[in-house]
Amino acid sequence: MSMTLLNSITVFVLAVFIGIEIISKVPTMLHTPLMSGTNAIHGIVLVGAMLIAGSADSDLEKALAFVAVVFATINVVGGFLVTDRMLEMFKRKPSKPESE
Amino acid sequence: MTPLLALSQTAINFTYLVAAVLLIVGIRRLSSPPTARSGNWIAAVGMGIAIFFTFLDPDITSYWLILVGMAVGTVIGVISARMVRMTAMPQMVALFNGVGGGAAALIAAAEFHRIAPDPGHLSGDSIGAMLFSALIGSISFSGSLIAFGKLQEVLPGRPITFAGQQLVNGLLFAALLGLGVAAGSTEQGIWMMLVLLGALLFGVMLVLPIGGADMPVVISLLNAFTGLAAASAGFVLENTALIIGGTLVGASGTLLTVLMGRAMNRSIANVLFGAFGAAPAGGPTAAAATDGKSYREVTADDAAVMLAYAQRVVVVPGYGLAVAQAQHAVRELADLLEARGVDVKYAIHPVAGRMPGHMNVLLAEAQVPYPQLYDMDDINPEFPRTDVALVIGANDVTNPAARDNPESPLYGMPILNVDQAANVVILKRSMSPGFAGIDNDLFYEANSAMLFGDAKSSVEKLVAAVKAA
Repeated sequence: MSMTLLNSITVFVLAVFIGIEIISKVPTMLHTPLMSGTNAIHGIVLVGAMLIAGSADSDLEKALAFVAVVFATINVVGGFLVTDRMLEMFKRKPSKPESE
Repeated sequence: MTPLLALSQTAINFTYLVAAVLLIVGIRRLSSPPTARSGNWIAAVGMGIAIFFTFLDPDITSYWLILVGMAVGTVIGVISARMVRMTAMPQMVALFNGVGGGAAALIAAAEFHRIAPDPGHLSGDSIGAMLFSALIGSISFSGSLIAFGKLQEVLPGRPITFAGQQLVNGLLFAALLGLGVAAGSTEQGIWMMLVLLGALLFGVMLVLPIGGADMPVVISLLNAFTGLAAASAGFVLENTALIIGGTLVGASGTLLTVLMGRAMNRSIANVLFGAFGAAPAGGPTAAAATDGKSYREVTADDAAVMLAYAQRVVVVPGYGLAVAQAQHAVRELADLLEARGVDVKYAIHPVAGRMPGHMNVLLAEAQVPYPQLYDMDDINPEFPRTDVALVIGANDVTNPAARDNPESPLYGMPILNVDQAANVVILKRSMSPGFAGIDNDLFYEANSAMLFGDAKSSVEKLVAAVKAA
């Protein structure tokens, strides 16, 4: 096992614990926004898509990488925006009712 | 094109550390109501930092492919996130999740193809991670599309099952593993393609037999899958941002899936392999159970009188309310009743709507004061003291069979004890069974009365009648 791999595994294992720890006490009403928010976060795969797209040689690689960049960007942009729309609903205070 | 400004790998990894901290703080804040919205933006800033500094990576030599791809993705993402109605949000999340999984699978495929021409070049570690990304990413992609189809009702929401399904799925999975081994040992692109295609098929087969009512749990599970696929792509590319971001989602998503399942009293295995609601929907038992039971119908005027002269009313909103966009009319009705001195509360089942918390979002959109929303555990003791329970487009979460009938597929699921109220008025379009395809015993109780019609127009009729009362 290489040192790099061991480092990666270390990071992985620690991230597992953090991932479990930070959401262990979430109220039910936030399940949907939280799912949507974490959904946006795995859009981090865009970073990988960029690295592949920026160094692709063959046409096939370029095509695959291009689609990956598009997909991952949709994931990031759409994910954060739709989560914000959901949370905006909670934010509005009942004390200042306003019509839409 | 030469890099605009190449940073060293160390510097970039440092920015990834900053990004990772922001993602963690963001998720943490997302799990508490007052800080949730800022949490989402903190995570977005972390993401922005990781993306921006990746542009400065010395390995990136060509930018146009990335920039055009990001432009296209941004346009699609912004438009779909802005246009989607709040009721259709669960399927939107499914789509965003699916494309993320697709991206992880494509990264694995592209990276495999890059290295494929020289066999022996791959180390065992990275081929394993590549195959894992390709496999899990593809399953998440096609599974999410099927989940979308079911929630959008392009596909039937009922479980789609056939004899020997689990055997077929088991064989398919074994074949996938075989293909993976072939791809890993030969390092030939064709095997990788077969792994991708096989995994796509497996994703479809995995989600098809799952009923629409269980889709939130499935989406949450696929969300965790995509996280793991992204983390695995991080192992392939030796990229810490991907490993941390993906793993955080993989871990928190798995826990969230378990929490959601617990709210419905369903284990994950049961959701995946139970084909929930399939048997009673088509089986003879359900038909027999419906026979010989009668229900009572009520007019809007009569129901309005019951409400107007009640002391305590509990509104039980469900997905039907959301589809009919009746939340604003319900708010109006509640305001009228309160003006008459009626105590109005809302009972929110943890899985009302199509996702946990979905109903809170919809009622918040209608500016229903947050203190009037009660969780299941808080409101259940209130039902025996309630004069009228107004069930609007909710079904399975009020079915007393879940509490009383061990034969019912719903048995064990925590429900709102609506049947304990003095009177129950149920707004429903017809007597058809709910999303899970299970007949609701509540409709046949002596204290229940049905008010048929579209939820919105029924509530509007109630509003008019209460004004007149």
